[in-house]
Amino acid sequence: MSEARDIKRRAAQFVIARRTSEEWAQADQQNLDAWLAERAEHAIAFWRMDAAWESTNRLAVLRPNRAETAPRTSLMPRTAKAVAALAAIGLIAFAAQNAFTPKQKIYASAVGDRKILTLSDGSRIELNTDTVLRVAQSDNGRKVWLDKGEAYFDIKHDAAHPFVVEIGKHRVTDLGTKFVIRETGERVDVSLLEGRARIDAPDAEDKTHSAILTPGDVAVATNNSLSVRKTPTRRIENDLAWRTGLLVFNNTTLGEAADAFNRYNRRKLVIENPQTAGLTIDGTFHTNNVMAFVDVAQHVLKLNVKTGNDEIVIAP
Amino acid sequence: MIDNGETNRDGAKRHFGAVMTAPGVQEWFVREVLPLEAALVQYLQHNWRNRADVEDILQDVYVKVCEAAARERPQQTKSFVFTTARNTLIDRVRKEQVVPIEAVADLDALNMAADEPGPERTTLARDELRRVQAALDRLPPRRRQAVYLRQVEGLSRREIATRMGIGEETVKEYLAEGLFDLAELLFSEPADMRRRT
Repeated sequence: MSEARDIKRRAAQFVIARRTSEEWAQADQQNLDAWLAERAEHAIAFWRMDAAWESTNRLAVLRPNRAETAPRTSLMPRTAKAVAALAAIGLIAFAAQNAFTPKQKIYASAVGDRKILTLSDGSRIELNTDTVLRVAQSDNGRKVWLDKGEAYFDIKHDAAHPFVVEIGKHRVTDLGTKFVIRETGERVDVSLLEGRARIDAPDAEDKTHSAILTPGDVAVATNNSLSVRKTPTRRIENDLAWRTGLLVFNNTTLGEAADAFNRYNRRKLVIENPQTAGLTIDGTFHTNNVMAFVDVAQHVLKLNVKTGNDEIVIAP
Repeated sequence: MIDNGETNRDGAKRHFGAVMTAPGVQEWFVREVLPLEAALVQYLQHNWRNRADVEDILQDVYVKVCEAAARERPQQTKSFVFTTARNTLIDRVRKEQVVPIEAVADLDALNMAADEPGPERTTLARDELRRVQAALDRLPPRRRQAVYLRQVEGLSRREIATRMGIGEETVKEYLAEGLFDLAELLFSEPADMRRRT
């Protein structure tokens, strides 16, 4: 029996354990860390298996009831609605030859997963948990639609071909930048880390409001408003810790922390009492390690924890 | 557990063992080296008599390539990877004294085309969804069903166990075995084999 094959088998078990566990305890992570640190062969086999698993994430677009997670219809003109509905059930991937269908590729990440795309021009897009993004196959590929979730963009500047992101009826045009966009269903947040970008947000009367964003700007666009505020870039970087699979809390309330974890995990955290939800914590956690957070609540903050199948309730 | 961000960030990086801590090596490996796996396996099979050794040799090549990339990223990934493979074979011949040197004589005949596929082609092959689907279709039925329920229908391990009428531990086994097979099909198999299905 080949030694390499044994290592690959073990790596596959670790990837499955880590990627499909509802509970991933500190001890599990330590166990994995120890195995990975033992030999370079282990780490490489793990990367390989993790990449294979990640490529299966795109199968999620075939989910039969995918339509219910389609972009909210009220934000979209009729044709875009039709496209989004097609996209939602994964038809575009197969119907791309149809001359009436704009050529697009769909990328989707499952809850708790991330995905990195490198475009032909060298631009990078990183999808956070539970995200759907479409990439135009024309327009030099420099047009994408963020239908759902959150993505970090590191865009190669090309004055002749500006890079455009459409989020419902909102639009962000880069002027050579690094930025992150999050679509929550109610609003669109755009945080700019480097360079410059323009955001166009139409209001209820279809009058477009625009703003030029510079580093540290966070723009919030809703159905009928657009606001821009300055934030320390350090804070934006903390918000981007998901890119390495982490959540960084800095004077964060338990309520906000629970919301953050709930984006990455099927089993949801519920904080029962508003006063408890208002307690603040500092710390860094793996996005999929809810139990580490629960440990802190239980043993450091001395809160009561009830662990159920679908939720974990934290009470005073 | 509550700690400042820097310490934990480093802690997270420490996952990957001493040589593997260099930033970006994993990403580089997945983006640029993994897509070469099928060609590399073919090359090793062609140039080494005992096919049973190929998996282990491939592993050696990957370690050498990643250790080198941790120090300095090579300019031309493809030719670097194949040169490393060639040297690994030569080392093995010398060490084992089993295979006569002629076995690796035609190494130079290898076509080391400098035209590397762009990142778009390597990571986001146009038909990737179809490719993954085709690979899934080729798994043994129970493994395929487990992976399908998880990745297409989005069920939890417990729900899959109920649906398949088996224990959760067995679900884990099916998923891990299915993933092992998928990795072989997606990375190791020559592209023309994939297309046949």
